[in-house]
Amino acid sequence: MAKKITIAIVGNPNSGKTTIFNNITGAHQKVGNWPGVTVEKKEGIATYDGCTIQVVDLPGTYSLTAYSLEEIIARNYIIGEKPDLVVDVIDASTLERNLFLATQLIDLGVKLVFALNMVDVARSRGLIIDHEKLSLLMGVPFVPTVGSKNQGTKDLLKAIVRVAEDRESVSRHIHINYGLDLEEEIEKFQGLIRTSASFPDEHHSRWMGIKLLENDEEVIKEIEKSPLKKEVLDQLGKSKAHLNEILGEDSETLMADRRYGFIHGALKETFRQTQMDRRYLSDQVDMVLTNRLLGFPIFIFFIWAMFQLTFSVGQYPMDWIDAGVGLLARVVGDLMGEGLLRNLVVDGVISGVGGVAVFLPNIFILFFCIALFEDTGYMARAAFIMDKVMHTLGLHGKSFIPMIMGFGCNVPAIMATRVLESRRDRILTILINPLISCSARLPVYVLIAGALFGAYAGNVIFSLYVIGILLAILMGQIFKRTLFRGEIAPFVLELPPYRMPTLKGTLIHMWERGSIFIRKMGGVILVGSILVWALSSFPQTVDYSRDYDMEKRTIQERYAIQKEELMQSWQSEKVQLLTREMNLKIAELEALRKDEFQENSLLGRLGKAIVPFLRPLGFDWKGGVALLTGFVAKEIVVSTFGILYQVGEKEGEESEGLRTAIRNAMTPLIGYAFMVFVLVYTPCLATVAAIRRETGSWGWTGFSVGYSLILAWILAFVIYRGGMILGLG
Amino acid sequence: MNIRKLSELKTGEQGIIERVTGVGRFRQRLMEMGFVPGAEIVVEKFAPLRNPIEYVLKGYHVSLRHDEAEKVMVRTLEEQTEDD
Repeated sequence: MAKKITIAIVGNPNSGKTTIFNNITGAHQKVGNWPGVTVEKKEGIATYDGCTIQVVDLPGTYSLTAYSLEEIIARNYIIGEKPDLVVDVIDASTLERNLFLATQLIDLGVKLVFALNMVDVARSRGLIIDHEKLSLLMGVPFVPTVGSKNQGTKDLLKAIVRVAEDRESVSRHIHINYGLDLEEEIEKFQGLIRTSASFPDEHHSRWMGIKLLENDEEVIKEIEKSPLKKEVLDQLGKSKAHLNEILGEDSETLMADRRYGFIHGALKETFRQTQMDRRYLSDQVDMVLTNRLLGFPIFIFFIWAMFQLTFSVGQYPMDWIDAGVGLLARVVGDLMGEGLLRNLVVDGVISGVGGVAVFLPNIFILFFCIALFEDTGYMARAAFIMDKVMHTLGLHGKSFIPMIMGFGCNVPAIMATRVLESRRDRILTILINPLISCSARLPVYVLIAGALFGAYAGNVIFSLYVIGILLAILMGQIFKRTLFRGEIAPFVLELPPYRMPTLKGTLIHMWERGSIFIRKMGGVILVGSILVWALSSFPQTVDYSRDYDMEKRTIQERYAIQKEELMQSWQSEKVQLLTREMNLKIAELEALRKDEFQENSLLGRLGKAIVPFLRPLGFDWKGGVALLTGFVAKEIVVSTFGILYQVGEKEGEESEGLRTAIRNAMTPLIGYAFMVFVLVYTPCLATVAAIRRETGSWGWTGFSVGYSLILAWILAFVIYRGGMILGLG
Repeated sequence: MNIRKLSELKTGEQGIIERVTGVGRFRQRLMEMGFVPGAEIVVEKFAPLRNPIEYVLKGYHVSLRHDEAEKVMVRTLEEQTEDD
């Protein structure tokens, strides 16, 4: 008979929880997010002995207090969703600390299996664990596993099924004894809580008593909503005062102390350390990697290598994808008849999808590198080395990776903020990240600085990068002091031993994060691209100031006659020359027509509509349109100028024609203000989608768009007006 | 007995945790990670910029910023033997 059970996997960070999850579920897993938050939720299916096991991977936590998002998610799932069984993955080499979470799970009174992971590492360090005796003492089966070698997976599944079906003989519910004084107080709460009908369960009321003494905010909130509020809270005050009086410590400390006391007692009989030397290979590696002199150069080298791999090596597949999309657009364009539908498919859908697909190599390579850093344990060291620098900017050591990635592209950079554990750090890093000049802004700088500053172009571009970094520091400080005041996340960072990553594990890690980009952001970018296409394509019918078709025909007819004459006199070179001349004239005419069309399109009208806002900055409507299209991707500013200044959209930032046009349209002062505006204003569509995705909030997304727009305007205004006053205009 | 701040210990120095001051999440986090009275702690090394500091506690490595380590009070072993 097919049975179905649901299990949840918990465990400390770095306990090898993910590897155990991968071993159990194999390839049958899906990644999503917990509702409303950007903490990854992984689910998978395993089968064993005719049982279908639904596996939910809970976030890694050190404890089940209510202090961090991860802890609350893990706890609410266990209490609220009531899985049939919970598997706690315990790192055998740091057994004592890992058992802290185990004691909290025992308090919860759920069915448990403990996976005693990395027993090979523990053994090599001379740690001898009598896991059978430990099982009897704690009333929970301990199953030795080696996740990295997929050892013990069968045994673990067997234990899971046995415990779930109540066939495991060692399973029993034990009460952790917190000592006479604390037990007395816990009983008082238990008695009080059980008088109310809403909390009838014995285990649960004991657990609530324990949590009250641990000062658990979530349980206190729950009590505040119940009719027992007054009695329980009064009792809490009394109990705390009483405990402090007789034991000289607050109840939280006492509880943690007693937990470790219980663990110590259990390990006394079951755990031996035969080797006192604690110089392991990992520590020796670390002496080099975090060395006072070598630490920074090595770190910078790794970051440089990651950057190169992501953006230089990634450029090849990017070019292939770009070429592929171009080819697809041409083929589809040829197959479909001329008309609106073709334009929609080719210019809207295909270029929109292409715009997403082109990021894929970057994103997958970056996530592979990050997965490698995390799986080896180097990420924690990077944070260790960089923390002082980043902390002065109000950020966490780990923020360095997203910030440096921003120079390549803000989209993977913002996705890389997932390495940060605290939401405050994550949002702060996301907010200031777009101020780092990404590679898409460089073509704009090259065009404008190249046109207006000649030999000084290099210095001007460099100054823009510096302005971006300074603004990021400044805004970081401002946000830290205003929006995130008071919320200080402790640094307290575990430095796990270096481990050899498995290719499979790292690839799974990479795929999980990369696929989120495709699934969740693809849609937003696609819709955005179609919208911009529509804005620049409608209205379809324009009352042109000239009859372009007519003029085109006239030109063609005129040349046809000339050609006819030359053909008769056998002057084929002249015919060719003439044909070229004709094509040029027609192209000129088409450009004019396109320009007029652009001007009349919704986008052009929008560009003109925002002129009142841009005039104080010295920009004209063409600048406005360029900035509007730059919202799709900042490098589009260049091709828009190409269209608007009628030098053809195929011209790049190095085009002399375009440079001349820019020189005629802008003074150096306006050009500089324009570049600063491009640097700061609203991140591009893909970045906005990434921000929405990673903050999980339209509020923060809107804030990011809004503040950068306002900041850009103010800066451009100050530069332009200030420059005018100084006589630089 | 000499009670010192954990942040004052030098590389290689050892101490026994007396108590953790500070409040809320920080304190709770330290407690659950094993910073409980009686636990042995060793200074492993300082970061290249002297901050944060890496410690070994209960068989694992953990790093604290200087201002966090200031909130952990320790008893140093040498002082203890003098008292004996």
